[in-house]
Amino acid sequence: MAMIAPRTSRDEIDATPLAALDVSDPKHFVDGTMHAYFERLRREAPVHYCKESVFGPYWSITKYHDIMAVDANHKAFSSEPAITLLDPPSDKVLPMFIAMDQPKHDEQRKAVSPIVAPGNLANLEGLIRKRVIDIIESLPVNETFNWVERVSIELTTQMLATLFNFPFEDRRLLTHWSDVATARPVTVEQWEYRETELSKCLEYFVRLWNERVNASPTFDLVSMLAHAPATRNMPPREYLGNLILLIVGGNDTTRNSITGGLYFLNQNPCEYDKLRANPGVISNMVSEIIRYQTPLAYMRRLAQTDVVIRGQRIRAGDKVAMWYVSGNRDSDVIPDADRFWIDRPNARQHLSFGFGIHRCVGNRLGEMQIRILWEEILKRYPTVEVVGEPTRVPSSFVNGYLTLPVRISR
Amino acid sequence: MPKVYFIEFSGTKHEVSIPEGTALMRAAVGHGVPGIDGDCGGQCACATCHVLVEPEWLEQTGTKTEMETSMLDFADSTQNISRLACQIALTQAFEGMTVRMPDGQH
Ligand code: HEM
Ligand code: FES
Repeated sequence: MAMIAPRTSRDEIDATPLAALDVSDPKHFVDGTMHAYFERLRREAPVHYCKESVFGPYWSITKYHDIMAVDANHKAFSSEPAITLLDPPSDKVLPMFIAMDQPKHDEQRKAVSPIVAPGNLANLEGLIRKRVIDIIESLPVNETFNWVERVSIELTTQMLATLFNFPFEDRRLLTHWSDVATARPVTVEQWEYRETELSKCLEYFVRLWNERVNASPTFDLVSMLAHAPATRNMPPREYLGNLILLIVGGNDTTRNSITGGLYFLNQNPCEYDKLRANPGVISNMVSEIIRYQTPLAYMRRLAQTDVVIRGQRIRAGDKVAMWYVSGNRDSDVIPDADRFWIDRPNARQHLSFGFGIHRCVGNRLGEMQIRILWEEILKRYPTVEVVGEPTRVPSSFVNGYLTLPVRISR
Repeated sequence: MPKVYFIEFSGTKHEVSIPEGTALMRAAVGHGVPGIDGDCGGQCACATCHVLVEPEWLEQTGTKTEMETSMLDFADSTQNISRLACQIALTQAFEGMTVRMPDGQH
């Protein structure tokens, strides 16, 4: 099939005055032209100031090593009060440890980290595999269906329900809350809707908390939060914040890597052939998929002091976006960075999980889900064919897909 | 070329000879020793090069920076003999050192 991604011509992108470039505008992500904009920033203004955007003024860091340096410098670049460019009204802030600095961040992170540590993941592997098999064996053949809905969302949602020990039949609520939390409210009504839906989330989880806090500790996230000294006295809003963090963290990211991977393999038939010929490459491919997709396009920081990078003075109080999605295509560090290459050497050295004290705590879990999915797909379906273009999430933070039409032929 | 030993969590032992000045992480990755990932390329920013240093060698490895201490704090099964292998530059004085790998890098 012909795969014609929508393109803004290079001329058009180059014609925009540098100062007017706003890479945070979701439209670049909806039409898939963001990489061309970032390519220009890396070339002409790798540390770039955007004076006007819907999020207000912000800096863009677009080169691999600069992103790593900012991410690892948690003293000069704070994660508070938020890790996206959007500043919520102060009464709508959700406290969560991804958006906290030391020492509170450290305490709370340590409370949830054990459940996604390698030792525990080994225990979960069998269950994940069983669920993956159930999902892919029930896929329709010889008819077009939406991969995002039937596979990516279903698998990540089931996984979350498992981690929280959340009632399985209600699991789509988790997807719903994840979507609500990552939408970008603009009007007062939209903020109110968000608050209402999230308070239902809190109510549900408070019920689970109350059931588990008096029972002996079990190895699920709710029980762990209810029993750990660092988290057991959390105020309700902080409980909600950390729940949302785990729901979004474990959901959108892996979901969009699952969709992206299939899309990239279809765009690169030689790579798909390589995979069929040698399933041993799957682990390496998983890292390459996560790099190539970069499910979270950036993380935002707030400068605490003046910092000079590449001659640009970032001032205390300025917002800074570390564009992982750009650093992952920086050809000065990653050879042939625009190429999707499943047996790429050093594929693990991508920016998609961030670096430093906030580096993704769920990275091994995300990788494991994607690996198992591909192992089981290959055993059953040599080809899952993409039969149309995807539609994309209207966000410059969550870099992902709403739909991807596919077909399995027999 | 100091010779050092890596012992996997499973017990498998690897002997590696390394040019002086090389970081212990690079030595492991470069020789394909499984159990050390080195995702950040040695920037002390990922903690996927966590090793347990045999106690008699600990002093030789020097002191940890604040960043290394923070990163190790989040690694799993950290002990007081834990180090990040990218932060140890090898010299002839390391001849014969043994380090062990934890059960996974996270
Ligand atoms: C492909 C999958 C994933 C990607 C690309 C991803 C990406 C990220 C990124 C970029 C960060 C912030 C890093 C920084 O600020 O330096 C992060 C943090 C986090 N992620 Fe993930 N993530 C993924 C999967 C998961 C999963 C499955 C979970 C669920 C357990 C999860 C939970 C978290 C949490 C709790 C944090 C906050 C860590 C902290 O602030 O200390 N992530 N992730
Ligand atoms: S290689 Fe990342 S901390 Fe050592």
